[in-house]
Amino acid sequence: MVERTPLLDIFTYVFLIVGILIVGFPIIYSLIAATQTLEDVSKVPMPLIPGDQFLVNMQEAWSRGDLGTQIMNSFIMATGITVGKITISILGAFSIVYFDYRFRAVAFASVFCTLMLPVEVRIMPTYEVAANVLGPLQAVWDFLHLNAVVSWFTTNEFELALDWSLLDSYTGLILPLVASATCTFLFRQFFLTVPEELCEAAKMDGASPMTFFRKILLPLSKTNIAALVVIEFVYGYNQYLWPLLVTTNPKMTTAVIGLQNLIPQADDLPEWNLALGAAILVMLPPVLVVLFMQRWFVKGLIEKEK
Amino acid sequence: MIKRSFFKSKYIPYLLILPQVLITLTFFYWPAIQGLIQSFLLSDPFGRRSTFVWFYNYIELFTDPLYLKSIMITLVFSMLVAGVSLFLGLFIATMANRALKAKAVVRTMLIWPYAVAPAISGILWLFLLHPSYGVVALGIKKWLGIDWNPVLNGNDAMIMVTMASAWKQISYNFVFFVAGMQAIPKSLIEAAAIDGASPLRRFWAITFPLLSPTFFFLSVMNIIYSFFETFGVIHTVTQGGPGGSTNIMVYKVYQDGFVGLNLGSSSAQSVILMSLIIVITVIQFKFVEKKVQYTG
Repeated sequence: MVERTPLLDIFTYVFLIVGILIVGFPIIYSLIAATQTLEDVSKVPMPLIPGDQFLVNMQEAWSRGDLGTQIMNSFIMATGITVGKITISILGAFSIVYFDYRFRAVAFASVFCTLMLPVEVRIMPTYEVAANVLGPLQAVWDFLHLNAVVSWFTTNEFELALDWSLLDSYTGLILPLVASATCTFLFRQFFLTVPEELCEAAKMDGASPMTFFRKILLPLSKTNIAALVVIEFVYGYNQYLWPLLVTTNPKMTTAVIGLQNLIPQADDLPEWNLALGAAILVMLPPVLVVLFMQRWFVKGLIEKEK
Repeated sequence: MIKRSFFKSKYIPYLLILPQVLITLTFFYWPAIQGLIQSFLLSDPFGRRSTFVWFYNYIELFTDPLYLKSIMITLVFSMLVAGVSLFLGLFIATMANRALKAKAVVRTMLIWPYAVAPAISGILWLFLLHPSYGVVALGIKKWLGIDWNPVLNGNDAMIMVTMASAWKQISYNFVFFVAGMQAIPKSLIEAAAIDGASPLRRFWAITFPLLSPTFFFLSVMNIIYSFFETFGVIHTVTQGGPGGSTNIMVYKVYQDGFVGLNLGSSSAQSVILMSLIIVITVIQFKFVEKKVQYTG
């Protein structure tokens, strides 16, 4: 600090500790609750000394909530979204920055506008698309009266009926969330800062566009990719509304949604020890990812939102 | 913008952008347009027939006291969430910025709530503020003498969802404020100190004005967060109740459309939300580019 302010320093640390405790309190308290017996957890106030029922509670919550399946589903969804998002964004950005073609500006603008359309504002129609992904194609087909055209050509009665439902499938959980304007935008910004000489040199050496991408651009983007992996994994794992809509089969539900069934309702036994134990288990994967990849996380967070 | 040296190819760029464009068209533009069309239609409950009704759905909405109430609730809720989390985030970040030695440790201990899903944050706070089992609820009842009951009382329920939503946003704001403070040149602070400005004065005269772009950006982000991502909190904690007192606009879209199957009204609400977020995004781009800063 600039000057000596012993009193203020003490205050600083005191407030910091209080702040950390307030932020950490819900977790600490839930952890303690997860170690108690049903009898202890329903005492008011609950004893603050941890009990010895932690493993028992975890086991019970694990089997009752079918957490194994659901956490697996969450993992698949989060990984799918992360990999898909980064792949299509980096390819898209490469196309926009390193090629000159007629629809370049249109393509960029159309991707960029999706920034304003989070899934929450188009719930019903997106659900309808998920119920039949080929629906839009079918609509265009019908609109152009192509059935009649094909019938006329083949002199047979022809009826095209496209139907491919994504409901209750991993594809349905992942695909609609894979398009991302922010990721594309981030890669575009980064590619613009890559020195021109690299591309010129590569071209002089006779490298094809894809060789340049693989051998030069991809290695350069490593830190950006790492940062985005952390952010998108957390994003994908914590999705709520979309999995709630597309899955009805409990075997396909994600962990965050499955937790709802463990919350004690008014007439149930107040088994908060199970609910909170399960909640802590479910939140663990993204929390660990953020803690262990903190550097990438902070970088990703700040760069992505800029 | 494009690189000065670029590749020429007839089909590669199209192939590269194709997956992005296909997904955007199928899952963004098509549904958005469908929603827009749907909002002008009135369909019977079984979805067999629909008639074109112009702005009927919108007029219905804006004369429906429940919807107007939902707008009010959303505004109050987002202000509360943004206010609480911005204030606490800034406060803790200022403290952390002073504690030079412990910075890394402090950051680690404050950063992780960001990774907790809003719905899970909802469960944790539901337990803490539960009228019969919650320890915080007990404290409120005992020390403040308030008859705390979020299951029956709308205001209490609103406070509960605000706490659950703001809690995880504190760490988000914290990260950005700390980054912003580190970008402020040390020499400015030192010069002010030599001129005899107290730490508090330095904060208000230098740090805070220089943080204003961060502050503005975070306000927008927090408002967007409380508009949309808090769906999980509402769904696990109150389901919009009691008596619609926490029924924010996004939740109402879901309730009316997915549960109530009133497609026209739900679509009209979606369109209203969509226009709202477009306005917010445009404002953000306009002002963030210009950088809000202090004068004088």
